[in-house]
Amino acid sequence: MTPRNEVLRLDRITKRFGALTANDAISLSLGEGEVVALLGENGAGKTTLMNILFGEYVAEEGTITAFGHPLPPGNPRAALGAGVGMVHQHFTLADHLSVMENILLGTRPLWSLTLGMAAARARIGDLVRDFGLAVDPDQRVGQLSVGERQRVEILKALYRDARILILDEPTAVLTPQEAEALFATLRKMVARGLSVIFISHKLHEVMAIAGRCVVLRHGKVVGEVETSATTPGALAAMMVGGAVTGPTIAPGIAGKALFRLNRVSTKGGEGAPGLKLADLTLSAGQITGIAGVSGNGQAALSDLISGLALPLEGSVEIDGEAAPPRWTPVEALSRGIGRIPEDRHKVGTIADFTLTENAVLETHGAAPVSRKGWMDWREAEARTRAIIAKYDVRCPGPEARIRLLSGGNMQKLILGRVLEAAPRVLLANQPVRGLDIGAVTYVHGQILAARDRGAAVLLISEDLDEVMQLSDVIHVMSHGRLSPPIPRGTATVAELGLWMAGEGFTRAA
Amino acid sequence: MSLIWDILISASFWAAAIRIASPLIFATIGELICERAGVLNLGIEGIMVIGAFAGWFAVYLGLPLWLGVGVAFISGMAFGLLHSLLTVPFGLSQHVVGLGITMLATATAAFTYRLALPEVTSPPRIEPFQPWNLPGLSDIPFLGEALFRQTSLTYAAFVVAALVALVLYRTPLGLALRSVGENPAAAAAQGLSVTGLRMGAVIVGSGLMAVGGAFLTLSAFSSFFFDMVNGRGWICIALVVFGAWQPGKAVLGALLFAAFDALQVRLQQTPMGAVLPYQLFLAMPYLLSILALVVMSRRAEVPQALMVPYNKGER
Repeated sequence: MTPRNEVLRLDRITKRFGALTANDAISLSLGEGEVVALLGENGAGKTTLMNILFGEYVAEEGTITAFGHPLPPGNPRAALGAGVGMVHQHFTLADHLSVMENILLGTRPLWSLTLGMAAARARIGDLVRDFGLAVDPDQRVGQLSVGERQRVEILKALYRDARILILDEPTAVLTPQEAEALFATLRKMVARGLSVIFISHKLHEVMAIAGRCVVLRHGKVVGEVETSATTPGALAAMMVGGAVTGPTIAPGIAGKALFRLNRVSTKGGEGAPGLKLADLTLSAGQITGIAGVSGNGQAALSDLISGLALPLEGSVEIDGEAAPPRWTPVEALSRGIGRIPEDRHKVGTIADFTLTENAVLETHGAAPVSRKGWMDWREAEARTRAIIAKYDVRCPGPEARIRLLSGGNMQKLILGRVLEAAPRVLLANQPVRGLDIGAVTYVHGQILAARDRGAAVLLISEDLDEVMQLSDVIHVMSHGRLSPPIPRGTATVAELGLWMAGEGFTRAA
Repeated sequence: MSLIWDILISASFWAAAIRIASPLIFATIGELICERAGVLNLGIEGIMVIGAFAGWFAVYLGLPLWLGVGVAFISGMAFGLLHSLLTVPFGLSQHVVGLGITMLATATAAFTYRLALPEVTSPPRIEPFQPWNLPGLSDIPFLGEALFRQTSLTYAAFVVAALVALVLYRTPLGLALRSVGENPAAAAAQGLSVTGLRMGAVIVGSGLMAVGGAFLTLSAFSSFFFDMVNGRGWICIALVVFGAWQPGKAVLGALLFAAFDALQVRLQQTPMGAVLPYQLFLAMPYLLSILALVVMSRRAEVPQALMVPYNKGER
């Protein structure tokens, strides 16, 4: 489709990373005053395409035309000069510099004698007012909230007279209110004739903000539609390549208790509370869901179970036996506790290790991956290949560094690592955060399969829908306390909400 | 205690402290520029040696003193270029490259010295910078003697520190430089050349380190010895941390260390020196500096991309 007043055109862009074709002859065009959504699963090639447009990657094939002029490849400065601004998913801001300094960076010739602060301040003030981007120019970026940082990124682009703004997963890190404010800003921009490319995998947002929608799958354009002429269901089907069906979930059959906390308290840390006299029983064949606003002790609970924290009081029982006094991650692993950590980048994987190395992180100390203190890399790689095949990890191969993988594929590898060890207790902390629909369905399916094999699953999530959909029993967490178990089907959103706000505890007391 | 007090109120003590601080200021500011751009330059010790040698040798061959300083600066830039080539575009380990540069530069100085002057037994002397009594200022009681009867190279050290501070905080170049040390991806996203900025910083910074070395031969002493730098480069690395990567604080740190050094020399000549082993006095500035470092650098903000190579197009 060619829009009226075309401002940007990508023509048959192809980019490969090793054996992986991230973009396969993708074409896209953008009109003046238009919001085009680029929709696709993680790993579909959206971010790669935008990095090519912005000159951070160089495409093997294809051309880019902005405002009628070809854009030289691999040159962010040229992209900026042509009026293309980009707000990356991971912000490119320097924390120790002020908002002003971050905005001014690169705007004046390097050898000029002054920074031109006064004029810049006035100009930034205008932009802040015109587009509703409230932020204090003298604050250090390190002290800003995520929403404010994003506004700084947008200000940076506008300050450079960007006429085309690329937003990469802008709402992934925002609260619903911040996302609304962002949409208001975008509407103001479009009303002034700016154009926006909005990368997302959240369907309702795409429907709300975009006029047109380009869907990518496996690096190819699989569909292009006006949002007014489609439905979220149809878009989702295009993204994943089939009609999406949530797993129909039969209740689990509770077996014996495999893990139990009796009146356990732990130390808190980093602004989050520890556990306070928590009672919890995880039974074989059941999913126990922990609902609650994050930062209410979920991290403490997860640390305790995975062996990273010790109870201050109370007792921990595994399979009917008291946990050893030296409760460590190794101990937890050897007792059959599998862990899907909350932060797959920082805790779950080591970015510069290969897939193979990451896949054996938990098992490298014993046969069959190592023998008599020597690693058997052939065996390790065979196991990794098996995980890659079985869990559909899309990657260049087991020798690739894991940082090259998208979040969904990284999570699949972690899932494979954990589930292949056949854990008796499975701790899944925010297992689908930041993943797209296809990956979410997949991860949920695997967790349910583990439950049906008889594992006791603990699911910690901020997403209430997810907890209610999957759990056989729900506890709500608030200020380090755990509500009594609420069985499947009896929990209402209103009741859970009361517990989350801490009111249930006062009433019960 | 009155011993120490007597020393502290003498103008000559402060004059000595400022003189001792001068080479440290040059080299510390040089290192600070490198680190602010994200590159740890452990070549500093060797670059100071080559600067001390090149500056002295140029003057020995008949060039004027200021040209000697220029030659030292250029010799430092040459090693800085090598260091930055290896660490920035090639992204090699900054530790390994830095130590390699130190060995190479030190050995180059020794080799050239022996090659040029194979027969000498006692090191030849040159006519070094003489104190320049600043008109008017040097006649102020106490302050005049303490501050304004130094060599012009000492005055230059303070001017350079002030200029670097100005550039760092008040110009687009300085902002760009700091940004590549904090978040090179952010700088690259604004179309700045991370490679160019980092290489430039290392080259100029290394030049300043070499001038710090040349201060020793052209102002403090008048000859070149192989071991004359004697760990000053490593002290400057610590001073950058002590100064929390800020030029002003780094200069204060250099003055503090120099004051301790001047103090220990004078204490050795007091009755205390007859009782205590002299090694204890020699160790004093270092011990006190470590203590000060522990106290001062607690809340320092390290450039976030220090020692992190930047590779374009890598996830």
